[in-house]
Formats: sequence, structure tokens, C-alpha cells
Amino acid sequence: MAFFMDPGVTLSSKLLEVVYMLIGAVTIYAGIKNLLDKKNPSRYGTAVFWCAFGIACAFGNWLPAQVTGTLVVIMILPAIFKRVKPGFSLAPAKEYCEAQFKKIGMKIFIPALSMGIMALIFALFTDISSLVGIGVGIIISMIILMAYSKDNKPKVFLDDAERVLSMMGPLCLLPQLLACLGGIFTAAGVGDVISQIVSYFVPEGNVNVGIIVYALGMVAFTAIMGNAYAAITVLTVGIGAPFVLAYGADPVVIGAVALTTGFCGTLLTPMAANFNIVPVALLDMKKKFGVIRNQAVIAVIMIVVQISYMIVMK
Amino acid sequence: MEMTELLKLLGIVVVIAGFALKLDSILIVFAAAVVTAIVGGLGVDGFLEQLGTNFTSNRSMAIFILILLVTGTLERNGLREAAAALIGKIKGVTSGKLICVYGIMRAFFGAFNVNFGGVAGFIRPVVLPMAEGALEAQKKEIKEDYMEEVKGMASAMENVAWFFFQVLFVGGAGGLLVQSTMKALGYDVELIDLAAASIPMALTALVVGCVYFLLRDKKLRKKYYGDEK
Repeated sequence: MAFFMDPGVTLSSKLLEVVYMLIGAVTIYAGIKNLLDKKNPSRYGTAVFWCAFGIACAFGNWLPAQVTGTLVVIMILPAIFKRVKPGFSLAPAKEYCEAQFKKIGMKIFIPALSMGIMALIFALFTDISSLVGIGVGIIISMIILMAYSKDNKPKVFLDDAERVLSMMGPLCLLPQLLACLGGIFTAAGVGDVISQIVSYFVPEGNVNVGIIVYALGMVAFTAIMGNAYAAITVLTVGIGAPFVLAYGADPVVIGAVALTTGFCGTLLTPMAANFNIVPVALLDMKKKFGVIRNQAVIAVIMIVVQISYMIVMK
Repeated sequence: MEMTELLKLLGIVVVIAGFALKLDSILIVFAAAVVTAIVGGLGVDGFLEQLGTNFTSNRSMAIFILILLVTGTLERNGLREAAAALIGKIKGVTSGKLICVYGIMRAFFGAFNVNFGGVAGFIRPVVLPMAEGALEAQKKEIKEDYMEEVKGMASAMENVAWFFFQVLFVGGAGGLLVQSTMKALGYDVELIDLAAASIPMALTALVVGCVYFLLRDKKLRKKYYGDEK
């Protein structure tokens, strides 16, 4: 409680902790629901995963770092051993969705857009984190949905969240885990080693060459790994920071555009199966690379455009 | 360079090899973290400390879980049907134009983190039947080879629009990851600035995609249907 009363802590930080507690509450609900769900083939593993995450997320600010670290390890174990599974949940029937559409109609876009709009409003007009804005947008969205239909009770929101979360599974936490890995790389001095190696090839002090190597590295690493998020954590530490940012390039432009340049690698690779190979199966296409072939020209054009943009705007 | 220094790269080797071999992603990340902690001499306590500190400072990336509180319920209340009705307002256009309209719609809503189900949930049940319906309305035979290309273009448009516009959502995973990566390196960047810097590239990608698919569809229609226009 002292944290929330402390005048030295900004309102934004306090509200953010409330957001993290709400997130924790949602996942702990998901954990307990699955624990009690006799139809879940892996009740305990699923419950351990979501509850450990929820506790670490809700109380991370107060728990000693080693305790949080231990909770993360406890959370990861059932995921690695494939013991996190979706249980029983009722997806809405198509007829129900259609009936609701007849009743609500195009007004459904108002609650759908409210999160993004509130995030923007908070970012532009307040000192409070835009993530708190998203939280406020969600509350507004829920209120509107409840006003639209009596069926939308609090439990419906929670169960729908649990359903989608379970469907996404542990993989949805991958970006956060990759970010943790990036932090550990930095702590262990991995970035220094890479930059030493890269300095053999890249002339120090030439920011433009640095940008080109960083951007093409993003494309190549993403294409090999099938994941731009993994690529950016590794390459920013190794190339982006020592060869581009260290010479005063704008971290906003470089960071934002390096990521989307990496996405061009995603457009080019069968390793990104979710985006490029699964649709081939879903749409009964005959050519395995039928999606990638249609993306290749756009990807190459955008790689060139984005490198030029970074060089001009740096 | 010392051998012990080079050993520090073992974690990166684990990440690249692991993803390339399609091992379990979470296993890869965990293994890479453990390997890096060992070769970097962090020790068990240091490893747990780093893991905990980094997890806590990256909790912002879990914001999508809060968003799920409305994602499923919006779907339950007819969001997808509304999107289908929205795109259904355009009638009798060529497949190329239809794909562009879908791309623009996907891009706009993607920037607000609103999804209609992607390839499985929207392109297959809504966009492709519309393309076929337009062909039928013009008394044209539905040629499988042509539809194969339409499917490829529609899926490609889905990816291009989503990739480049999801980064405009303030609070999306991409921006948050860039922010935390930069922070670990000592650079403070704001999410809204990252999104703003992405706007010109997002619009360029959408225009490039639309022009490319319009031209490509025109060529394909000429090939399969002998269209002159």
C-alpha cells in the first residue's frame, strides 16, 4: 500500500502497476479455471503456467528479483514439457454472432476501436503511460458492450479472455521472453563480443554502412529464424547499438524501422510458417510458395525504401 | 579475441540453430538464457536475478492479455459479421481491387489492434467468395489457376498490411520490444514516437502493395480471361 501512497512515485507508475495486477488477475483466473476443468488433458501444468505468470506479473514490482526469476522458471517448465493445454470452452456459435450483429450492427466498431483511441489520447495529451490508456479503453469498451447486450456479463468477458488466451497458448509470451533473453545477453556482455567481430568487417564511424549491415542483418536473421522479434533483440545489441546508435543516429527511427525491415525477412521465408505456409494449406493452394511469391517484390522494394529512409532520417 | 569471449556467443548460436531447426520456441529461449548465463559466469543467483529483473521490466508486453478481455467478446457480438458487411458494400469489382480494399481495411483496423480473423477467419469465408461472386456476375468461368493467384495475393496483402500497420498501434508487441531493447542499451524511446516514425513506411508499404497487386491482377486477367481493361 505504501507504494500507492508514496508521493515520490508518479501517477503513471502507480496506474501501470494496477494494469499489471489486472493482467495477473486474468491469467490467474485462466489458471484456476483450467485447474477445475476436468476436460483439460493437462490441468496442473496449465494451472501452474498461468498462475506463476500471473503472480510474477501482478507483484513483480515488490517481489525480490530472484523470486520472480524462480517463478519464471517454474512457469517455463510446463510449457517446455508441453503440459499447457486449452481446456473446455464454449466458442460462440456462428448463429449467435449473426443474431448479435443483426441487433448491434456497425455500432460494434465503437468498442472495437476504443482501446486504440484511448491509447493515442493518453500518449498525446497526458503524462500517463499509453498502456494505462489501453486499460481505460478496455473498460470503456466493456461498458459499451454491456449496454449493447444483456448477455455480456462480467463472466462472459473473463471466459472469452480465457478461451482466446488458452487458444494462443504459452507461445503468446514469446516476445516478453525474447526481451528477457536480450537483457541477459546484454548482462553477459554478448553485445561487446559481436561488435568486436563485426568491427573486422564494418568500418567504424561509417553510420550509413552500419545501417545497411544492421538492416540486411535483420532481414537475413529473420528469414533464418522466422521471427523478427528474436532477430531484433540479438542484432540491436550486436550491430545496431555499436555501429549505428553509438554515432548519434536517432534510436526512434532506427529501432522502429529496423523492426519492419526485419518483417520483410518474414515475408520472404518459409520459416515463418504461420504467415506464409499455413495459409497455403488453409486455402487449398497448390503451390507451397504461392504466398511468398506474391510477397517477394513488395518485400524487396520495402527493404530498399526502409534502408534509404533510415539513412536520410537518422 | 580470447576463446572465452567467443564462447559468450553460444547463446546466439542456440537461438539461430533452435529456430532454424523449428524446436520449441520457449525451450530455445530458455536454453539460450541458461547457456549464456553459464558462459557469461552469471551463476545460479545471478541468472535468477537477471531473469526476474528482465521479466519485471518487460511486463508491458503482457498488455495484450488485458486486451483479450474484449477480443473474444467483440467477436461474440458480431465484429466479424460487421466487417464482412462493411467490405460487402463494394460490389462488382475486380479481384485486384477487392484485395486492395481488403488491404486498406485490414491496415486501418490493424493500426487499432482490431482483427477480423485473418486468412482462416476472413479471407477464406468472406474475401474469396466475394472474388468468385464478382467473376460469376460477369458470366466468367471460375478458373482454378486464376483463383490460386487470387488466394496468394489476398494472403500476401493480409501479411503486408498487418506487419506494417500493427506497429502503429501504441502498445503493440513490436513497439514494446523495441522500447525495451533500446532501454537495456541506455536509450529511452517513447511508444508514440516509435509509432509516428513508422507511419511513412506503413503507408508506403500499403501503396506499394496495392499498386503491385492491381498491376499483377490486370496481367493475370489478361492471361486467363483476355480482359483488355
